[in-house]
Amino acid sequence: MSDAEANAPKAISPVRSFSIASLSAYLQALPLALILGAFLLLPIIMIAVVSFWDYDFARMYPDFVTFNYGETLGSWVTWKTYLNTLRYAAMVWAVTLVIGFWVAYFLAFHVKTATIQTVLFLICTVPFLTSNIIRMISWIPVLGRNGLINTALVDLGLIPAPIEWLLYSDFAVVLAMVHLYSLFMVVPIFNTMMRIDRSLVEAARDAGASGWQILTNVIIPLAKPGMAIGTIFVVTLVMADFITVQVMSGGQSASVALMMKNEMSLLQYPAAAANAVILLTLVLIMVAGILRVVDIRKEL
Amino acid sequence: MVSEKRGREFYILLAFFCLFVLFLYGPLSAVFILSFQGPNGGLTFPLNGVSLHWFFNLFETQAVGDFGGSFARSFTLGLMVMVVTVVVSLLAGLAFRRKFRGATALFYLAIASLVVPSIIISLGIGVLFQQFGFQPAWYSSGFGAHLTWTLPFGVLIMFAVFNRFSPEYEEAARDLGATPWQSFVHVLLPMIAPSLIGVGLFGFTLSYDEFARTLMTSGTYNTLPLEIFGMTTNVTTPVLYALGTVTTLFSLLIIASTLGFIFYMNRRSRRK
Repeated sequence: MSDAEANAPKAISPVRSFSIASLSAYLQALPLALILGAFLLLPIIMIAVVSFWDYDFARMYPDFVTFNYGETLGSWVTWKTYLNTLRYAAMVWAVTLVIGFWVAYFLAFHVKTATIQTVLFLICTVPFLTSNIIRMISWIPVLGRNGLINTALVDLGLIPAPIEWLLYSDFAVVLAMVHLYSLFMVVPIFNTMMRIDRSLVEAARDAGASGWQILTNVIIPLAKPGMAIGTIFVVTLVMADFITVQVMSGGQSASVALMMKNEMSLLQYPAAAANAVILLTLVLIMVAGILRVVDIRKEL
Repeated sequence: MVSEKRGREFYILLAFFCLFVLFLYGPLSAVFILSFQGPNGGLTFPLNGVSLHWFFNLFETQAVGDFGGSFARSFTLGLMVMVVTVVVSLLAGLAFRRKFRGATALFYLAIASLVVPSIIISLGIGVLFQQFGFQPAWYSSGFGAHLTWTLPFGVLIMFAVFNRFSPEYEEAARDLGATPWQSFVHVLLPMIAPSLIGVGLFGFTLSYDEFARTLMTSGTYNTLPLEIFGMTTNVTTPVLYALGTVTTLFSLLIIASTLGFIFYMNRRSRRK
């Protein structure tokens, strides 16, 4: 009996300290939850609500109408714009995946010293920490009608007249997007490649595998999670892009986000909101599909 | 890796890497060079003389919008976002070391913050402020919009840091009689300080350069990226390139000094 009494507090105290520990975990997580709740969750709920509202040229009216969706989905322009955006996403994804894989492979497996690896990695990273808009307009003097490439090609006598489609075209949009977003592919692939156990490569070589076989049977399968994470970044960035499309196509092409931006500048918020809900659903389905392949928490 | 001798594969990949670096830096250097265009020069090559004309032009008031004011706003906003991102990410990183209810939901909310198209966040916050009768401004709605972009990066970096951080150091500190606060300040914090500085750099530069999320949320006064974007449509002189050169040099200065600081801290901790 006295034994039991003596043991009782001991049995309780770990429980109590556990609850204090979990309370502090809640307090530590609270700021993040509050900020994301107020500036992410609440605005998205608001968009979903507003997408059912009525509006005229001046303001919106709380209501429950579905014509915002009807008009958006019933219009041929919308479908064409969505297809065009998906086309950009596919092209930029394919190019950045190829670039990202080979750059990461070079850095991870061919650069021997850690110092040079860090320096080369930083050289790749630095441009991505500068302004996107400046990096985008920097293509204008290169690609323009009197730009560097056209002048050089004409002076060399390779072409009789400047190429018109270098700037203000789909080519320029994809090129600028690859320029802006390829790092988002390089970093995750590099990260996974650095975690590949080097003895696996040794073992494959000892077993007589050629360089190409090591690449296709060992490195590529093990680098897949990095490619998946890079894909999430690049696809969502392209699907959300409006400024690159607007500037680099010279207003000749459209993307979903650009369509939304135009509706917003005409104060057609409910129409833009319906578009936002459709775009968000599409993006989340794509991301959920990729997340079935990769567990992000394991890859960090 | 295939052979100890550097074979053909190495040189092909090296050439590919160099092309990639040229691709990254080439257009930017064109802007750098063209910003020194002579007073009569245009937006493209060739250079029509060399001068600092367009840099002086940039700092003349009324010449090109509100460069000074928008820079001050972007700089202040960047610092605000940086501080909040570092503190909130660190706290969230500490929280995720333990199991708590809703941890998975919160983690996926952070991931969602990364993948939700920026224009949707911009629209949502804009409509939200309008409906609640708040005036949108760069320091309120713009501030929140930027945090939805910087916080997920901060949280993911802290996640990666704590995944590699062994709790043995804190256990040792506790065995030696340190209070939880002492072990946090004297053991954990110095060890993760370089990563925290990295999170700060991310927070500042991502906010300083953010455009899409500021579009609907900045209120009356423009931030620098909005000002630059306005210029791309109505300025047709090399003053645009001068602005590009100045802001890029500023970004490079911030990056270089941060990296230098991290390098210095690493060396000092190794010497100890």
